[in-house]
Parts: sequence; structure tokens; C-alpha cells
Amino acid sequence: MSSTRTLISPAALARPRGKAIYWTVFTAVVVLFALAFLFPVYWMVTGAMKSPDEVAQTPPTLLPHHWHLGGYTDAWDLMQLPRHLCNTVVQAAGAWAFQLVFCTAAAYALSKLRPAFGKVILGGILATLMVPAQALVVPKYLTAADLPLIHTSLLNDPLGIWLPAVANAFNLYLLKRFFDQLPRDVLAAAEIDGAGKLRILWSVVLPMSRPVLGVVSIFALVAVWQDFLWPLMVFSDTDEQPISVALVQLSQNIQLTVLIAAMVIASIPMVALFLVFQRHIIAGISADSTKG
Amino acid sequence: MTKTAGQQRVTKAAVPLVPAPPPAGGRRRRRLADQARAYAFLLGGLVCFALFSWYPAIRAVVIAFQKYTPGSHPQWAGTANFTRVLHDPEFGAAWRNTLTFTLLALLAGFAIPFLLALVLGELRHAKAFFRVVVYLPVMIPPVVSALLWKWFYDPGAGLANETLRFLHLPTSNWSNGTGTALISLVIVATWANMGGTVLIYLAALQSIPGELYEAAELDGANLLQRVRHVTVPQTRFVILMLMLLQIIATMQVFTEPFVITGGGPENATVTVLYLIYKYAFLYNDFGGACALSVMLLVLLGAFSALYLRLTRTEGDTA
Repeated sequence: MSSTRTLISPAALARPRGKAIYWTVFTAVVVLFALAFLFPVYWMVTGAMKSPDEVAQTPPTLLPHHWHLGGYTDAWDLMQLPRHLCNTVVQAAGAWAFQLVFCTAAAYALSKLRPAFGKVILGGILATLMVPAQALVVPKYLTAADLPLIHTSLLNDPLGIWLPAVANAFNLYLLKRFFDQLPRDVLAAAEIDGAGKLRILWSVVLPMSRPVLGVVSIFALVAVWQDFLWPLMVFSDTDEQPISVALVQLSQNIQLTVLIAAMVIASIPMVALFLVFQRHIIAGISADSTKG
Repeated sequence: MTKTAGQQRVTKAAVPLVPAPPPAGGRRRRRLADQARAYAFLLGGLVCFALFSWYPAIRAVVIAFQKYTPGSHPQWAGTANFTRVLHDPEFGAAWRNTLTFTLLALLAGFAIPFLLALVLGELRHAKAFFRVVVYLPVMIPPVVSALLWKWFYDPGAGLANETLRFLHLPTSNWSNGTGTALISLVIVATWANMGGTVLIYLAALQSIPGELYEAAELDGANLLQRVRHVTVPQTRFVILMLMLLQIIATMQVFTEPFVITGGGPENATVTVLYLIYKYAFLYNDFGGACALSVMLLVLLGAFSALYLRLTRTEGDTA
């Protein structure tokens, strides 16, 4: 109960009528949220445990008659989920690592090392924010399929996810802005103590940048895990596909309960990440607006 | 602050062990070495931006005027790609669907989150619960959301029709009907994405000074008047920003139509990005795909520019 007043005054809420209305609205919102957001998830998790007949029956059952874990084990084996999950983990972890290394280094250079044409480069990077990502997927695909000068293909190769992930102007700018705020004298002191640029980045800048590195890490991981169109283009080889692409490719010829179980399994890592870091993630989203 | 650093440098320099400052000729060399070092740090990022942002942007425009299939030599085609794409019967459908989808998603994805945030802002209990629950669908992979709703929309045992039957309402064809398919996709997109919007609105509402409401109340403003004359003007900027962002995002819709309807029935849900995908991967016509991409790019670029301009000016005054 904070003292800041909102749309409705605390006095109005304290009156018996106000209290009654408040609790009615409160209950209504709890029920609405449970139905709209939790129930579909519940339906998915339990749907996977119904028998194939039960899942297709009308009217549907709220609780499975018999709890089968078979849907989950079948999905794990039949759809080769370990392989696709592993692909996704490799792709997401690599994109995260590449982004953290290259974006941090570039942001540090642009913020603290004063390269010639630094402003032009930053302008070029920020200009890419104006270009909606999906509108460029086709020429991006052609570039990945046949890299200029070296003429190698990144198709069916995790590098096809990792390298484009680095070209993330939003994360790079976030890092640069954070580095801009770091006090110059701390860096200067380290330099006088004989630390090189890399050493300063590693032992001074990065430890001070934990909050922004956390935000960038979450953005990077979520983006790769949730992406669909780009990995759909890059990985035509079934064995290399991440789980999002594999789910859609396999959804046609697989039993419904097994597919639902696979959907649940595909959601677990991101939902778990969210539940663990929800405080930070929600605070980060909310901070977006106050920044203006 | 900088003064202390300067002083430190002076005291350090007084220590004889530190080498004397390099002569004038060495300074230029050192500046070059500094530049080399700065560019070494920049290199990885620059290469990636050049390869996957700058080059594709230029290339999209170039290929839009070429006859191009991978492996063969590109030939100049003038505006042939554009005229071919424009005469494709799917072209009109794709743009109409995309614009309708964007408009409907804007109405739903803007009004519903605003109302929800307005109510949530007044609730004093279980705040963390509401925030986590409303954001939960955002964390479910979009492909899973799409497959989940495809199952709900199933005309047989789908949950959507079951609910209608339970309420004694007429059932619907949902994603299988030409008239309802696009709306069905809007529902999925709204459900899956509104969490972020709600949270941003909620934060904006909480930054409104309470005195404004108090003053309005003293002036005799009722609840609706307070929303109209205090809440809306105070959050106008956030509303505008989110609207622009949502236009940019929803005009690139792909996953829902690809997974749920496959563009059907009868092209009712073919979107521009889906058409681009078809040109590239079904027709192997990369010139046509790039011509379409350029059209989408020009339209969305205008919205992005507006968005960046507005955020920039607001950031400067803040």
C-alpha cells in the first residue's frame, strides 16, 4: 500500500461502497487473468497427458481421465527433441556469446577509444534501427548463402545465426550508452596503473556493467529462442533445425497429444528463465517507458 | 572529477621510472597505434553490421531491379520485377490483409492493454501475480502460441467452439473461414504480445503525479473525466510510441499466418512478408521478393524514422 495516489483516491476506496467495488473488480480481474492467460497454458500441459481419443472428444474434459506421461516421452523420442533442443541451445548460447564479445568490444571502442569516423560508424549502426528486420530477410539470406569475397555458405551452420545476431544496433547502443556514463577518472586511473585497453575493458568496465550486461544477455537469449523466420530460412537440413522450426515442420504428421507435449517442452526453457528473472525482466520493460 | 585524474598523472609523471613523454614524431605514431587498437575492438561488430545490415539493405534495392536466381548470373531487368509483382493477384490481397491485420491488431492491442493497465494500476493486491501472468504468453515461443491457437480453433474438438457451445452461442469457422481467418490471427497476436504493452502502460500510469488527480477531483471531475483529462494526456507520448512500434511490428507478421492458416483460405491471410517468402522460396524469384521487400521497407522505414525522431526529441528535452 503506497501513499502515492492514483486515479481513484484512497478515501473513496476506504468507504464501504468503495471497498465492495474494489473487491468485486479485484476478483473479476483475477478470474479474467486466470482464464485468459493461465488456462491456455494449463490446457496445453494437461492436453499432452490425455489419451489421443480423449483429446479429440467433445465435450472436452477439464482433467484427464488417466494421466499419461506417454505424450511427453513420445515427443522426446519420436520428434528427436533432444537434438532440436540442443541445436536451439547451441544457437542461442553462441548468439549470446558472439553478441556479448563483439557488441561489448565495439561499444567500448565507440564510447571510450575515440576511433576516427566513430560518429559516422555510430550513425550507420543507428540507421539500421530504421530498417525493420524482417523486411530484409531475403537479401540477408542471399548474403548468408554466399558470403561476399570468401564465397562460403553459412546455411545449415550455427554461424548463420551467430554472426547476424551481432548486428544488433539496439543492444550495441544500450551498451554504448551505459559505457558513456562510466566515470572517466576510473578508467584513467587504471590506464596510469599501466593497464592496457583490453585489460581496462575486462577488469574495470565489465565488472561495473553487470546490470546492462544482464539486460543484453536476456534480450539476446530470448530473441534467438523465439525467432522463427530466420532459422526457417537458414536451416533446411532437418538435423540442424532449432525446436521452433522443427515443431512446425513435424506438426503435420504427428499425433496431436505428442505435438502438444513437444510444444510444452519447447516452452519450458523460456518460461523458466522468465520465472527466475521475472523481477529484472519486468523492471526492464517498465523502465523502457519512463526513459521516454 | 577530471581534475583529480590530471593531478594523478602529474604526480605519476614526476616519478623518474616512468619514461619521458615521447617526442613529437612518436606522438603521431602513437595516435596511429591508438586508432589501430580502437579499430581492432570495432572490427567484429563492424564486419557483422556490414555483412548482415548494410550490405543486404543495398542489395535489396539492387536485386529489386535484377532478374536473379542464386547460382546464375544476375541480369538487369529494369522495373520488370515491380510490374510483375504488382500484377500478381496475390499482391492486392497481401497488402489488404496486412493493413487490415495491422489496423485490427492496433485497435485490439492498444485498447485492451490500456484498459487492463488502467484497472491494474488501481489494484492494491497481488501486483506481482498480475504482472507475471500477463507477461507469461510473451515468453511462450511464438511458434508454440500459434500451434496452440491452431488447436483451439480446430472446428471439431477445438476449445474456441467448445466455449461458444458452452455459452449457447453459434460456433464459428475461426481460422478456416474466409471472413474470420484474419480476425482469428489478430486474436492470437494480441494474446501473445499484449503483456509487454500492459507493463509499459502500467509504468507510465504510475509516473503520473497524484496531485493531478487530486486537483481534478477537487474540480469535480468524475472517474471518466479524470481518465480523459489527466490519464490520457499524461500518457499520450507513451501511447504514440507504442502505436508506432506496433504498426512496425504487426506489418511484418509472418509466423501466425504461416503456422496457423498457411495463407489460406483463398488467400484470406496471405501477408506481405508471407508473399515475400513465397516469391523467394516457392517461386525461386528473388528479384520479385526483393521488389516486394523494398516496398515494405519504404513504408515501414517512414514509420521507424518518425518513431526515432520522436523518441530522440523527447529524450533531449527530458
